[in-house]
Amino acid sequence: MNPVSCPECEAEISLEVTAEVGEIIVCPDCGVYLEVTLLDPAKVELAPMEQEDWGE
Amino acid sequence: MQKRLRIGVLFSRVRVEEKWIFSAMEKRGIDYERLDDRLVSFDLENPVPWREFDAVLERSISYLSGLYSLRMLNAFGVPTVNKVAVAEVCGDKLVTSAMLSRAGVPQPHNMTAFTPEAALEAIEVLGYPVVLKPMVGSWGRLLAKINDRDAAEAVLEHKATLGSVQHSVFYIQEYIKKPGRDIRAIVVGDRVLTAIYRKSEHWITNTARGGEGEICQITPEIEALCLRAVQAVGSGVLAVDLVEHPEKGLLVNEINHTMEFHTAQPISGVDIANEIVNYVVEVAKADV
Repeated sequence: MNPVSCPECEAEISLEVTAEVGEIIVCPDCGVYLEVTLLDPAKVELAPMEQEDWGE
Repeated sequence: MQKRLRIGVLFSRVRVEEKWIFSAMEKRGIDYERLDDRLVSFDLENPVPWREFDAVLERSISYLSGLYSLRMLNAFGVPTVNKVAVAEVCGDKLVTSAMLSRAGVPQPHNMTAFTPEAALEAIEVLGYPVVLKPMVGSWGRLLAKINDRDAAEAVLEHKATLGSVQHSVFYIQEYIKKPGRDIRAIVVGDRVLTAIYRKSEHWITNTARGGEGEICQITPEIEALCLRAVQAVGSGVLAVDLVEHPEKGLLVNEINHTMEFHTAQPISGVDIANEIVNYVVEVAKADV
């Protein structure tokens, strides 16, 4: 899978082969939460901030 | 020829639970669609596209997105897991407590009040320490253990001044000296599938706050209490959180309707995702 660039710190990140659209990953360099938005080609965006009504 | 079922899965994020659910759907060859709750809309004059689904499994992280989606779907006649009536009860801790109270299910001593002054009086009826909880929300956020009157006055004023209007409905619970753990039981339909202890040195034992899981034997008492609890709120796919009160014994603390089970599934070895899918299929076939 194509590596992606962290939109926060520009670190190069390789997605796991099991990655899915909508999955949240953590940038190993800066620790920001990223959402996988595309797989082919791979793309990530900053994940939405936690909202007050989030949870289980 | 039997009609092939079509299932929708409404989600916000693909957490490990959603991955397991999608995988269980795919293994069984189920025709399902992933529905991102940030992208869907409901046209009240055109329910037809939604009626293509024989059932929708709601896994939203946002309580309100999930709740209103269920409200729309049930209004359109689309069966859902869970039903909107169950989500309405379980998504609001005060409503859950009210329904448990009505059914006589043992729970911690809870009080509610609508002004800081009345809340302070209620707190002093319960006696310190107490726990203040937001009605909506989870992952152990915004819980406050109030040890004395000074703290009570400060937290009540902060909630009334800084919080949204919902934070002025004060939910006050006795503080329970639990043995460093609580119990989460997973209930699907009328079966208690598994239970785990959630252990922590902190008084908040939620695994989302760092609590660790350990298998908990389902005793007849735990099973009976969980089934009474889910019957009180309407059954479905639910997680019942129990606390061990040193004097009162087992109490039902909360019931979650879009539960996470990333700790319970690997620890118990029970394929919870597959059990959920089985239940959704039963609902889709109108067996439930």
